[in-house]
Amino acid sequence: MCLAVPGKLVETQVIGDNRLGVVQFGGIRRSVFLDFVPDAKVGDYVLVHVGFAISRLDEEEAHRTYELLEHIGMLETEDAALAGELSTAEAVCSIRAGDAIH
Amino acid sequence: MRYIDEYRDPKIAQALAERIHAKVTRPWVLMEICGGQTHTLMRYGIDELIPAQVELVHGPGCPVCVTPIEIVDKAVEIASRPDVIFVSYGDMLRVPGTKSDLFRVKANGGDVRIAYSPMEAVKIAASNPTRQVVFFGIGFETTAPANAMAVWKARELGLTNFSELVSHVLVPPAIRLLLNSRENRVQGFIAPGHVCTIMGYWEYKALVEEFHVPIVVGGFEPVDLLEAIFMLVSQLEAGTAKVENQYGRSVDYEGNAPAQLIMENVFEVTDRKWRGIGNIPASGLRLRPEFAAFDAEKIFGVEAVEANEPPECISAQVLQGLKKPVDCPVFGSLCTPEHPLGAPMVSTEGACAAYHQYRRHLTSMGCIA
Amino acid sequence: MSALTLSCPMPVAAKDHVSLGHGSGGKLSAELMRDVFLPAFRNQTLEGLEDQATLRIGNARIAFTTDSFVVKPLFFRGGDIGSLAVHGTVNDLAMGGATPLFLSVAFIIEEGFPMEKLRRIAASLGQAAASCGVQVVTGDTKVVDKGSGDGVFINSTGLGVVPEGVCLSAGQARHGDAVILSGVIGDHGIAILAEREGLEFDSPVESDSAPLHTLVADMLATTHAIRCLRDPTRGGVSSSLNEIAAQSRVGILLDEETIPVREEVRGACEMLGLDPLYVANEGKLLAIVDPSVADELVAVMRRHPLGREARVIGTVSASDAGWVTMRTTLGTTRIVDMLSGDQLPRIC
Repeated sequence: MCLAVPGKLVETQVIGDNRLGVVQFGGIRRSVFLDFVPDAKVGDYVLVHVGFAISRLDEEEAHRTYELLEHIGMLETEDAALAGELSTAEAVCSIRAGDAIH
Repeated sequence: MRYIDEYRDPKIAQALAERIHAKVTRPWVLMEICGGQTHTLMRYGIDELIPAQVELVHGPGCPVCVTPIEIVDKAVEIASRPDVIFVSYGDMLRVPGTKSDLFRVKANGGDVRIAYSPMEAVKIAASNPTRQVVFFGIGFETTAPANAMAVWKARELGLTNFSELVSHVLVPPAIRLLLNSRENRVQGFIAPGHVCTIMGYWEYKALVEEFHVPIVVGGFEPVDLLEAIFMLVSQLEAGTAKVENQYGRSVDYEGNAPAQLIMENVFEVTDRKWRGIGNIPASGLRLRPEFAAFDAEKIFGVEAVEANEPPECISAQVLQGLKKPVDCPVFGSLCTPEHPLGAPMVSTEGACAAYHQYRRHLTSMGCIA
Repeated sequence: MSALTLSCPMPVAAKDHVSLGHGSGGKLSAELMRDVFLPAFRNQTLEGLEDQATLRIGNARIAFTTDSFVVKPLFFRGGDIGSLAVHGTVNDLAMGGATPLFLSVAFIIEEGFPMEKLRRIAASLGQAAASCGVQVVTGDTKVVDKGSGDGVFINSTGLGVVPEGVCLSAGQARHGDAVILSGVIGDHGIAILAEREGLEFDSPVESDSAPLHTLVADMLATTHAIRCLRDPTRGGVSSSLNEIAAQSRVGILLDEETIPVREEVRGACEMLGLDPLYVANEGKLLAIVDPSVADELVAVMRRHPLGREARVIGTVSASDAGWVTMRTTLGTTRIVDMLSGDQLPRIC
């Protein structure tokens, strides 16, 4: 039950007790309640679910993950020696996972 | 679109799939909890990319599917009243109750409206002071903060004509039930990334320790799910059982504090019956007594009638991952999205509907509704 | 932000009452046709289930079609119910290869409807007809009690002439044929939704409502190796292709990578949980053609203002008869099922 769409916060405003923002996704602009992301500022990316921003997307984390994934993707394309790349990818994944394991 | 396209990259998806192939040495049974994840798996044919030895069973993460039939009946009754404007998320409109559904109520003249956000219902209430506006507050933890906030803001605005029919469900108790079941075959779980965005993933630590089953918090795009599958399979092959977070761009250990706070202030935990599964203790949310003035069940005093599912419907087993939709004798024949017997065929997140819409051709060619 | 007022998703076992889903162009519409209408007035022409009927009267081949327009809101970016009433019917004729000539127009108007709006609709209708080179030669007007209608409904019926040698039908697709789409999909449906729900766009989406008969004429002037033309209106590209697959008893395989969608439309669909393949279009066509002429046709179409984004999006095959499947961007295969009723936005 989780259709949440990532968009860029392009405007914020306060109307009465409500902190509202305008989020832009792929050419659409939508008004969104910002109650759950008090730290979000213009330029941040947020996840929006049923008219509320529910998280601020961690750009650094996304970047780090994406770079690793892209690396894996590129390795495939370049058709590198499987054994060598496997252990790199595995090591990479487990380092990343290790950060998050509690 | 940023944060979407990258996670649909075919090269990365393929690479992850190959990593999974290389990693797997024996069969594993995995479950993805969330209906949104089921939808992605079906729509992108992810099962075609991963090894046949990795079996994906679909969990009960479809709040539309698990909303008790009695609540649907209550919704239908309330929505049928002439002074009521009944507002609901689109997903719920087609869910069959005992005799009717919200869509039919609308067809018969009831004022039933679809909303994208519970705040739209609050606005409707503010603009229609002489009508009773009831919002159908269903969902998992992802949606609970918004539904709670709507009640909170309605109270701040001093509205006396707004109420919610609440039927929230919580994920960890459902996983616990599945793990406790003797028939459970699931060896690793993909936890729902948006539920965990709200709640964090600290709740899964206890489950992992108690049952020694790995759990990975996963996102909703194909690359997210493939990466989560890879992480699960890696753990299973290594014999470890830990909680890991694949969806780090949105999820952290603690979760979203302001969202949890409003849930805490407006809702309280209650036992909840899950359609197709039965009662799961402490698995639901209801409005706190101090919000009785916004509680549609109390305001409208609707009678709960014991309701029965059609006998052919095996949704109980599908929702628990014990059977696949295609195992159901009436799948695609008597039970189709146009004429569903059970809830998982109605919601696009339901396993049966997802199979029917995207993957039916695998099972029986020529079976067109 | 008003509450979403989308039309019917799909009814539940509603065999005893008509529901909105029966009008959405998907499976339920087909059921209604099969269970109620066909049995009542069967004949060979009707059973062809084309968008228009091609009849021989004397030496002439006359194309004859009718369509009703119930769009809400009445006025939207890129058009209104008046222009739609012309384009829709002209397109039904064009899908039969006909040169459209004459229209009739019947109005059902709710008591109390503002005269100024009626004038605007009539003017728009007239202008659309003139630009298409068709004449509105007869019509009718009825006024119903307040509450019995929805402002205005329009029925328009069209007549055209089909040149000899042109024989288009949804039953003619065969193994190896190419599937051509004339341009981006989903504009009309999203434009309407945007108007109803107050969706704001950086660059607003306009309905693609347009008459396709001159594009079709260019195509037919190039080759007659065209099996079938369809305009994917209600129910979108999916419904049209599923109908063709069923009638021709063939399988259709699409390539997701090739299907063009405007960024704003894609964004709206992502946000609401809609699939562009099911969203209505009012100025696009699908063509099933012999593979040897596909590239040439695409080039011809691209020279026409309504075909700039034309391309091949799939192929017809003898296997998987009756199914429309799609190779996803990940290289896997899924089916593109026919919708039951209308699409609902989802939050799940």
